Amino acid sequence: MSELFFQPISELAARLDTKELSAVELTQAVLARTKAVEPQVGAFNSFDEADALGQAAASDTRRAAGQSLGALDGIPVGLKDVIAVKDQPLTASSKMLANFISPYDATVTTRLKAAGAVLHGRLNCDEFAMGSSTENSAFQPTRNPWDITRVPGGSSGGSSAALAAGEAIATLGSDTGGSIRQPAALCGVVGLKPTYGLISRYGLIAYASSLDQIGPFTRTVEDAAIVLGAIAGHDERDSTSFKAAIPNYRAELDTRRGPWKLGIPKEYFGEGLDPEIGAAVEQAIAFYKNQGCEIREVSLPHTQYCLDAYYIVATAEASSNLARYDGIRYGHRSKHAKDVVDGYFQSRAEGFGAEVKRRIILGTYVLSSGYYDAYYLRAQKVRTLIRQDFINAYKDVDALITPTSPIPAFKLGEKSDPLTMYLCDIYTIGVNLAGLPAISVPCGFTKGQLPIGLQLIGQPFQEANLLAIAQSYERGHAWSAKHPNLS
Amino acid sequence: MSAPSDLNIDRVAKLARIALTPEEKAIFSQQLGSVLHHIEQLGQVDVTGVEPSAHAFAVDNVWQEDVARPGLTVEQALRNAPAQRDNMIVVPKVVE
Repeated sequence: MSELFFQPISELAARLDTKELSAVELTQAVLARTKAVEPQVGAFNSFDEADALGQAAASDTRRAAGQSLGALDGIPVGLKDVIAVKDQPLTASSKMLANFISPYDATVTTRLKAAGAVLHGRLNCDEFAMGSSTENSAFQPTRNPWDITRVPGGSSGGSSAALAAGEAIATLGSDTGGSIRQPAALCGVVGLKPTYGLISRYGLIAYASSLDQIGPFTRTVEDAAIVLGAIAGHDERDSTSFKAAIPNYRAELDTRRGPWKLGIPKEYFGEGLDPEIGAAVEQAIAFYKNQGCEIREVSLPHTQYCLDAYYIVATAEASSNLARYDGIRYGHRSKHAKDVVDGYFQSRAEGFGAEVKRRIILGTYVLSSGYYDAYYLRAQKVRTLIRQDFINAYKDVDALITPTSPIPAFKLGEKSDPLTMYLCDIYTIGVNLAGLPAISVPCGFTKGQLPIGLQLIGQPFQEANLLAIAQSYERGHAWSAKHPNLS
Repeated sequence: MSAPSDLNIDRVAKLARIALTPEEKAIFSQQLGSVLHHIEQLGQVDVTGVEPSAHAFAVDNVWQEDVARPGLTVEQALRNAPAQRDNMIVVPKVVE
């Protein structure tokens, strides 16, 4: 049996229930691991040992009294530093919020607490979730546990790296253009981006509100079902939250066994795809075929426009969302301002990093008088066409299979040009524009022992199906049994 | 579509309320020029008769009963203010 900190929730919960293991012992093991590997990985902006142990002790007290709150009771879960936890730092990995302490809980935080999870630490990310490598953090770059000279992906790179390194049992991230799935692929863990509206965004620092969605990173698909079940569901504090009946995702896994009709979008296998990743995904497709699934080639003809539509829509929304950081009510305030208006200019100049400034500038430009129709309005129309592509494809298939990332984990500093970095997201962005659920599951390693991710894209609010399809692949493979070798 | 050279960095930075250094202006102009050049290809898409999508799904306005509920205390609300005095946020002088 592997170390405690590498085990999935499902197994740990069973051991906690039999009292063979206590939540305090488990949390101590995760904290000890965190302290041992953090100097190499750098996944956390901060963590509060006393607070985590206090939560774990409370969990043990509940269990001793026969009042366990379920599978997550006593499980250490790390949160990306864009998700609010009352009285804990909330920085978005930005100097702008370096000293901000959250006065309230995000809805996902409230729900994890209600499920008894031990909330452990503030996980690093690209500043304001803008990036694909976590190098845009104002505090430190996070390193990939499989090769610490490489990035963990982004923007939720702290969430994927911490999980891969055994510094948490599950984590949450947020996904606006691939920020859960791409780091999950690069770090060899499961990452789920749910349907837009399934999970409340209340208490999530906004980047691009029509695209942002919170989701879990876990070791197994079953664990993703457990965490999703705890955090999904309608919330009156998010006007875009969907009133859907939430199934018991974990129980549903056993009732859905296929075979499924799976679509292969030909546009996702073209130029720029690393041949080793292409081969691993082809093998996964062959696996499904052997399981009796019907495999069909489908076309998503507007795929080549996804990146452009995304960088207009997302930056436009970001320029509006980030207008609130003016140095007046909270956040960084410049000490070098001539007057109140100059204070806005100086506070934002000092508080934001280069990528955030670039995206605000681009978003401001595409919304500005004279350019709105040519850029923003046109991008919104192309978004309609991109969504229609998926709707058309789903007339014939249950889900789509693609690579998650065109390339495996790259070296720190390798992609200094913004456009080159943006191309990391070509297979994940369309899903956000169309509001769909998608999951990345480990599907092998390159010759250089870097993880490869398989992306499965589902139909809106059909997470139960998507998870079952992903689990049928996982059951036939043992990729998650392998762990990075951090000394 | 407009040409990428249309990006007047001074004008846009002013609209965005960000003071940029001359070095930032030069590098952002060049980098965003490449991004805008890539974006030009959206001009090839025939969008005649296509409705714009602000969200992936139709989003309706949501109304709630106007009922007072517990919120943040003054102390909690001011906890992150850069400067405060007498339960108020201190700001630079606005009117001379």
